This record gives sequence, structure tokens and C-alpha cells, in this order.
Amino acid sequence: MASAAVALDDSPIRESVSERARELQERILQLQAARPDTRSLPTHPAIAKLLPGGALRRGAVYSVQNSTTLIMALLAAPSAAGAWSGIVGVPEFGIEAARGFGIDLDRLALVPRPGDQWLAATAAIADVMGIVVTRPPQRASDSSVSRLAARLRQRGTTLIVIGAWPHSEAMLSLERADWHGIGDGHGHLAARQATVTVTSRTGQRPRSTRLWLPDASLQVRESPQQSPTPLRVTTQGSLRALHY
Amino acid sequence: MKRRSTSPEAHRTAPERVLVLWCPDWPVTAATRLHGLPPAAPIAVVESGAVLACSAAARAQGVKRGLRLREAQSRCPELLVHPYKADEDARAFEPVLAAIEEAVSGVQSLRPGVCVIRARGPARYYGSEEEAALWLLDHVDELGIPSSRVGVADGVFTALHAARAAKPQRLRIVAAGGSAEFLAPLPVAVLDDENLATLLRRLGVYTLADFAALSPGTVLDRFGPGGARLRALAAGLDSQPVLPRIRPEEFDTVVDFEPALDRVDQVAFGVRAAADRFVEGLVGAKLVCTALSVEVDSERGEHSERTWLHPRSFTASEVVDRVRWQLQGGSTETGLTSGVVRVRIVPAGVDSIGNHEAGLWGSGPDERVHHALSRLQSMLGHSAVVTAAVGGGRALAHRVTYTPWGERMLHPRPPERPWPGRLPPLAPSTVFEPPHPVTVFAASGTEVTVNERGALSAPLATLTGARGTLRVQAWAGPWTSDEHWWDADSASRSSRFQVVDSGGTAWLLSLRDQGWWIEGRYD
Repeated sequence: MASAAVALDDSPIRESVSERARELQERILQLQAARPDTRSLPTHPAIAKLLPGGALRRGAVYSVQNSTTLIMALLAAPSAAGAWSGIVGVPEFGIEAARGFGIDLDRLALVPRPGDQWLAATAAIADVMGIVVTRPPQRASDSSVSRLAARLRQRGTTLIVIGAWPHSEAMLSLERADWHGIGDGHGHLAARQATVTVTSRTGQRPRSTRLWLPDASLQVRESPQQSPTPLRVTTQGSLRALHY
Repeated sequence: MKRRSTSPEAHRTAPERVLVLWCPDWPVTAATRLHGLPPAAPIAVVESGAVLACSAAARAQGVKRGLRLREAQSRCPELLVHPYKADEDARAFEPVLAAIEEAVSGVQSLRPGVCVIRARGPARYYGSEEEAALWLLDHVDELGIPSSRVGVADGVFTALHAARAAKPQRLRIVAAGGSAEFLAPLPVAVLDDENLATLLRRLGVYTLADFAALSPGTVLDRFGPGGARLRALAAGLDSQPVLPRIRPEEFDTVVDFEPALDRVDQVAFGVRAAADRFVEGLVGAKLVCTALSVEVDSERGEHSERTWLHPRSFTASEVVDRVRWQLQGGSTETGLTSGVVRVRIVPAGVDSIGNHEAGLWGSGPDERVHHALSRLQSMLGHSAVVTAAVGGGRALAHRVTYTPWGERMLHPRPPERPWPGRLPPLAPSTVFEPPHPVTVFAASGTEVTVNERGALSAPLATLTGARGTLRVQAWAGPWTSDEHWWDADSASRSSRFQVVDSGGTAWLLSLRDQGWWIEGRYD
């Protein structure tokens, strides 16, 4: 009986010791130079499987064409896993929507208006953060692009660019959006189905999938191919958003 | 209260000799000293619409404590009115305490304007209690504080009333054991307990002598421990000991520039050594600074003061950064138009260094993030790097709070309240700040409006903005909110709509101030 009591007393300590050891091991792994197989960043599985290599790569640049929601969906998983994210030069980034998609606002820093210091600000933030979103003010010069790319590779930071970017790993875009829950003067925007297309640099055929972005419970998930017909709105053809 | 009343009987029977310095109308003196008001002018310090203290000149014209401000101004039209600020009061008294402490140890501040010293030491040093009191009066006069008074007696209560009674000579000494006799003729109102005083008067007890004549047991039964203590005071048995204050350590750092410097980098360079000294001084006392107040004086007498917060603790270079940012705020925030003559760095919040020590493995990646963002701030300006939080509110712009990196986040609107009239939970991923103007037309080609009752004139058909026209495919709304209607300046009434255009993009529109705006995009 006594030995059982001792064992009972002992187990939480042993557990915490082993937990601590595991924690330290993880730390050591983090501190060691990044190995090839650790150079990927967790992201939403439905989007990840379209990306070249099946994941977001550390140190790579991705360009997203016309959807802030898509960027938020990409950021959510790394942010929830503890990565810091930085937003440079995007003053209209919707904070409330970002929180809704699961981005941790405690680990989000914004430089809304870097002005002509755009490149310096992006580079400084990329030095310390896991993932950075930026919008170049105009076409960035080739030399600055390659300097930034080298720095990203060295630091293992993933950069998501709004708009075009030379040598981006892949280009993501959103098409054929169908909104659910809104009618002709009634209801409200509740859910959206859209097609995400990824065009990779390596010249493979563009891959696309149909996603709920988001669904009625504000989650991003893959939608079955034979989707139910939306309540009211069905739009076909490519998205033609006016950039106000 | 209870503990005091049950303090050892030995203390109660033998109160120690104390010396009380009383500066009458201290709030007025503090206001004249800190704000440079003329001391001879009629001045009144007011709190919540009533006079709290007034200068002698004002009193001569009939202004007195407790008078409504309007009444005071009608009696004395040239009255200078100053709002009461408790912290200023205490701040102005600090130099007086410091000056007394230079010569005498063990000073206790009862409240701004009144302090207590144990009489035994100074009396022995200066020869007698009278000499000590006269020296104290001289010393305070030298500080430029007029008409202070001193009372010497057994116990703080008696000495305070002795000082109050010292009208012509400014000094009143009540001999040892003479407290009861001295206090006897005073009215019960001096006990500073309005309810008790009223009750005592109704019972036919008018003076402290009458009150002290009641038996302690009866008073304890009828009025409880608090009443018993007041009876002991009235009888001259003051059990309150003098608790000398612990002198606060001085960490303020002042840098004077002669001649005045008009360039920010020169000033920043000039304060660098002082910032090192400041942080070292704090570290020496095993403290770190978590909040910092920087005061800058310019050649033309302008004064800029700002408090900076830090998520952890300030290092010397961060202190220099704060000084620089405050000066760079320039035209708007500091408003300095001439050279800087003096910078004063005051720790507004300190914490034990033990709570801020980095762990053996370092404090992890957050430390690096903080350094990088702080460096970015010194490049782009303090408010260029922000963090965000979502609070409560109805309008999109009200719900999100941006805070410069390193400052503590303050939520102007509590998020947990229900906020009726807010939008459905799916928030736009792009929020335009400021919103873009747009015109919304009905199918008939007329502009769509919402009347006062919130009814729509016609369904939405097309949007025309600066860059083209969009056909509306589906829409919902209006979500109306009518905020601050009771205040004409901040009143805002708006109707929000969600619209999906023919391309499949959803927009958030709002109709307010007679115009349509695109507030956000669900892209």
C-alpha cells in the first residue's frame, strides 16, 4: 500500500521531468541549424497540398493575387503554432477577420505605412519573424529583390507578397467565388465557396481546388467537388475585383 | 481603526512630545509654486464646483472653504480659479519635506501641507522646544512658504490644534500634561467626524471637555471603538505614534544644455551619458524602469512632458530613443519651437530587477522580435510599428485598437458587452481607412437613400466608384446604428449594407453623412 502511494506521488514528478526533457530537446533542435526536412512551415492542409513540395517552404516567396482571406488562411496555422507574423505596407489588413481565421494577434506586428523605407522595414521584420506579408509600393528593383531573397533564405523566413513578384515559388489566386447566406435584401454573408489556383514557378500545370473560404462556422475547409447549389448567388467566370 | 483603539495602554497614557508644522491653505501655496500664480492675488482652488482652499486676499473678500464656485466668483470677481490636483499638492510638498529632513531626521507627512517631527531630538539639539520650533519656522520661511505655523504638544492631535491656534505668534507650545486643558474649550466639530459631532451636540455635549468628561466605558458602549478613540483624543490622550517616512531615493536625471541645442541628434547625444547613469542608478538599487516620464524644456519656456511605457524594462539606449521620439514628435506633440535647454528623465514606474532577469537560456525569440521592432521604430518613428487588438464597438474602425509597439494596450471599449447593431461575425478581410466614396443607384437610376425610420427608398442595383461601376447581385441590410445621439459633436448615424457584385466580390457599404462609403471588402 505504501509503495503504491509512493508510486502515485512520484508519477507527476517523473512526468514533469520527462516533459521538461522533451521541451529542452525541442529547444536544442530549434537552435541547431535548420536541416532540409525542417524547412517547411505548417499551413492549412487543403492549401498545402496544392503548393510545390506540399507545404510552405521557409525562405521562399509566394505571391497572392487578389485575396486577403487567402493570405489569412495561409498565416493561421503558422501563427497558431507559435510563429510571429509581420504585415508590412498593408494598412487595410482586416484585423478582426484575421483574428476570426485564427491568427494570434499577440504575435502579429504591423508596419502599416513604411513609406519609402519599405524594403528596409520588410528586411528588418523578416530577420526575426517566421512569416511576413508585404505589398511592394511599386515594382521593386531587381537588385533589391535578390538581396531580400538572399536574406529570406538565410533567415528561413517565408514571405507572402500581395501582387506580382519575380521568382516567387508559387502564385496563388482565388476564382469563382460563390457567396452563401445573402439574398436580395435579406440574410447576411455567411459562407463562401471559391476555387484556389496555385501556379508554380517550375512550370507545372496549375493545380486548383474548391474550398470553403470560410464555411458557415468561419472555418476554412475543402469542399466536396459536387457542391450543393448556393442559396441565391452563383457567379461563374473569373473574379474581377476592383482594387479600390 | 480597531487596531489603533486597542493599541497598548502605555502609549495612550504617555503620548510623546511632537512638533507639527502646518502650512495653511497648502493647495493654494502648491498652485502658486507650481504654476507661477502671483501669491498676493485672490486665488481659489476648487474641487467639484466648491472652494477647497483660498488665498488670504480671496478670504478678505469673503471667499471661504466650501463655498460654491459661482458664489465665490460673485463675491470676488477677479478670483483666479485653479482646479485641485492631489498629486500636484503632494509634489509641491516634497521639497519642503526634503529641506526639513536635511536638518532633522524622522519627519512624517500627515497630508500635503502638514508634517510631524518628534520633538525630543531637535529640542535637545537647539536647546529647547521653542528654539527648535523657531528654527523650523525660519527654515520654512527661507523656502518661500509664508505664514506657516508650528504647534508643540503631547501627541499629534493636540499639536495640530496648537498650530491652528497659534494665530498671532505662529508658534504655540502646550506644556507637557497640559493637553486636556488646552483642548477643553474647543468645539466637538474639530474631531472631524460630522455624524458624531452632530449627535454629541444633540446630546448637549458641545466642547471637547464635555466629551472627555464622559466615562470611557460608556463612550465605548455607545459609539464603538472609533468613538472611544475620539474621546481619548479629546482628553489629550493621543496614541498615534510618529512614523518617520523612509526617504525615497532620487533617480531623476537632469541634463542642462548651455547653449540651447536645436537639433534632435545633438540632444540625443547629450542625454546618452545621462541615460547610462539613470539606468545604472536604478540597477544599483536593484530596480528596473518600466515606465518613463521625459520632460523637455525649451529656451522660450515651453514644456513638454510625456510618459512612455515599456513591455519589459528600459535600457539606456531605449531611454535615449524615447527622448528622441518625443522631440521628433516635434510640431504636433511637443510643440517646441526653440532650442532645448533641459531634459529631465523621471522613472514613472519601477519594478524589482528580480522579475526582469533573463533566463539561463535567454528569453527566447520574443527578445529578438522586440529588439528588431524597436530598431525599426527608431528608424520609422514610434507609432509606425503597431500591434492590434479587437475590442467592442459597432463601426469597424471602432472595434480595432492599434497600439505602438512597446506600449501597454488600452481597450477604449470593452469587448464583452453585447453591442447591439454590430455586424454579423464574418468580418471584411480588407478594411479601407479612410473609406472610399461611392454612389449607389437603384434600378430606376435614382440614388438610394435611407429615411429616418431606417427604411430603404429602393433596392440596391449598381455601385459607381472612382474606378468603375459594379452591378449588384445580392445585398443585405441595413444594419443601422445611431451612436451618441445625445451629443451633437460625436453623434453618428450610419446604415451598413453587405453587397455582392456580379464578379462575386462582396463589399461592406455604409450610408452616413448623406453619402455612401465603401468600408471594406470580403476578398
